Amino acid sequence: MDLDFTAAEDAFRTAARAWLTENVPATPLPSLETREGFAAHRDWERRLAADRWSVVSWPEAYGGRGASLLQWLVFEEEYYAAGAPGRVGQNGISLLAPTLFEHGTEEQRARVLGPMATGEVVWAQAWSEPESGSDLASLRSTAVRTDGGWLLSGQKTWSSRAAFADRAFGLFRSEPGTDKPHHGLTYLMFPLDAPGVTVRPIGRLDGKPAFAELFLDEVFVPDADVIGEPGRGWWVAMSTAGNERGLTLRSPGRFTAAADRLTALWHAAADPGDTALRDRVADAVIGARAYRLFAYANASRLAAGGTLGAESSLNKVFWSELDIALHETALDLLGPYGTLADGADEAPAHGSWADGYVFSLAGPIYAGTNEIQRNIIAERLLGLPKGRR
Amino acid sequence: MRFLLTDEQREFARTLDGMLGAFGTPAVVRAWAAGEHKPGRDLWARLAETGVFALAVPEAYGGLGPLPLELAVAYTELGRHAVPGPLVETAAAAAFLDRLGETGAADAWLPRIASGDAIVGLCADGAPFALDADAADAVFVVRGDTVCRTEAHGPVQPSLDPARRLSRPLGGTVLTRGPAVTAAATYATDTARLLTAAQALGLGRALLDETVGHVKRRTQFAVPIGSFQAVQHRLADTLLALEFAQPLVHAAALALARDAAGAGPDIAAAKVAAGEACHTAARTALQLHGALGYTDEPDLSLRIRKARPLRDAWGTPSECRARVLAG
Ligand SMILES: Cc1cc2nc3c(=O)[nH]c(=O)nc-3n(C[C@H](O)[C@H](O)[C@H](O)COP(=O)(O)OP(=O)(O)OC[C@H]3O[C@@H](n4cnc5c(N)ncnc54)[C@H](O)[C@@H]3O)c2cc1C
Repeated sequence: MDLDFTAAEDAFRTAARAWLTENVPATPLPSLETREGFAAHRDWERRLAADRWSVVSWPEAYGGRGASLLQWLVFEEEYYAAGAPGRVGQNGISLLAPTLFEHGTEEQRARVLGPMATGEVVWAQAWSEPESGSDLASLRSTAVRTDGGWLLSGQKTWSSRAAFADRAFGLFRSEPGTDKPHHGLTYLMFPLDAPGVTVRPIGRLDGKPAFAELFLDEVFVPDADVIGEPGRGWWVAMSTAGNERGLTLRSPGRFTAAADRLTALWHAAADPGDTALRDRVADAVIGARAYRLFAYANASRLAAGGTLGAESSLNKVFWSELDIALHETALDLLGPYGTLADGADEAPAHGSWADGYVFSLAGPIYAGTNEIQRNIIAERLLGLPKGRR
Repeated sequence: MRFLLTDEQREFARTLDGMLGAFGTPAVVRAWAAGEHKPGRDLWARLAETGVFALAVPEAYGGLGPLPLELAVAYTELGRHAVPGPLVETAAAAAFLDRLGETGAADAWLPRIASGDAIVGLCADGAPFALDADAADAVFVVRGDTVCRTEAHGPVQPSLDPARRLSRPLGGTVLTRGPAVTAAATYATDTARLLTAAQALGLGRALLDETVGHVKRRTQFAVPIGSFQAVQHRLADTLLALEFAQPLVHAAALALARDAAGAGPDIAAAKVAAGEACHTAARTALQLHGALGYTDEPDLSLRIRKARPLRDAWGTPSECRARVLAG
């Protein structure tokens, strides 16, 4: 075991830092959950892509740098330390792209990945339905065979950024009446501006309008937009869900940067005698450090040809709780200023703590609720008997 | 596999685990708690044969080290089996004597520590009690910039973990004084903190394993209690705490090996995380064993009683958290 970076990784870090120093906007972009912010963030994606920093871990042929997992982690550390904008293309980049690399066709990769890397096409994830959250396999929206493709009908909901996104990917029931609910599902991509699609924004807890529900009424999708085999969508979806939870959705850089900012807040503002608050700051710092080391160990495991299974659930529970702890502690340190949200002229750090706090509250819910993750940890990692569901 | 233990390091852990399992440590612990040191000394000698203590001692004095990562790996196994005795203190004394620049004491004690011939106590500045002074061949006490070798100790005090025998060090001859003492004591404290964290990690793992085994076997309401979600989630949280403490312990050991002066915050972070994880594991073990967990006959009790003292030894969580932020 060693914690040293190779010369190549150090060089990668230096190059990333130099580019970010040069390019990160001095004032933060407007929230990407608003129409104006969405557009500004697309421009940012284009700028990243122009210098091949938008998808560093992809092969060069698709606009990436062929970076290793460790280099990707390094890049993310630099990205968040630089205070760079949130990634509007994230769902496509971290969920759909890995799915296409694993299950897509050459044609799909050639067609989809380029515009994704530049932010020209922003993707939304359309998995959840009003009656199907944790029990995703109970989903009801359908894909019915038609000439040269499929007709999609039903309702999807809680789709992040779908109000302003261009296309979506999701699961549809293509074979009704199978023995098991997760059989007979098909994984498809579809345009959000196609005839038959209605996108209705639903405000989030912070009132921002980018979240949406989707109503689909016989939306035509060509065969070319099926990912993997029809009827095998569940397995296609699950292979990427593991990835998402295990490493790529939330890289440690996000938390180490927040922990550094929190430490600075503590030193600048705090009453050193307030040991209760001091202990919480320290715990957040320790948590960020632990998460980073854990992620590097996971990356080492993957780089050596290993896989992440139920360990992904450990990761997901840990970062989501850490994120809340980091933000709650920051708000406590900021006192009355902590409640000022972005847009308030006196909001500390342009309201990023308040904004981040509200967003952190969703962490234990999305990407598989923490209750479900704990069930997985108990049954698959500890081998406990299956409970009643 | 750069951010993971090597195959060799894992094999070393497995060997120690196997040896300690075969030795039957619970009986050793009970004897030690009763003030009967013979089985403990026998176990100490077996540990020395595997090289555990040599890892704490530099080659110049017949050791193999100092190798903080290998030591941490070894002490995790010692913690897993709840091995009694001033294990941490002996390794910390080695670190202390090596850095003291007082060659007489180093020449006298370091080779004996490496070979397992000497059990040595170390009392940090401000610590009121020495651990297992009644079993130690020597106890060194740091007070400010002075270090004494004590001649005697007060009566052994009852303590939360009867296998951790605490007494006041008494009398003593000044060995040396000056800034070298303070510097050596800081390094020794970091070493002690790291190895206490490693022990806590192993102890926590053992507590979790025992509890998982129990909830699979114990049936209530006609099903194994391990199928209840409240039970499952509590164990999942215990695993989470331990899994995320482990890389901190290993990284802290690497930090100590590389830059002893700058490793303090990393070690303090590891100590907080491992100490709290172990404490959580003990609380969970007790709760999920029900009244069985509250009785002292099962060997589980030996482990439960260790968790809290380990969490607080060589720096309470609060002291360590302050150290993390002091940078
Ligand atoms: C900010 C945010 C962004 C999101 N983005 C997207 C997106 O882009 N695309 C998308 O498809 N979806 C998205 N979602 C939806 C998300 O995936 C679901 O909310 C999630 O799967 C949980 O489903 P649910 O909300 O229906 O809760 P439910 O499944 O109704 O659960 C409610 C509560 O019951 C608990 N519960 C349910 N079953 C069990 C069980 N077996 N054991 C123990 N407890 C249980 C849950 O843990 C939870 O606490 C997003 C959600 C949020 C909050």
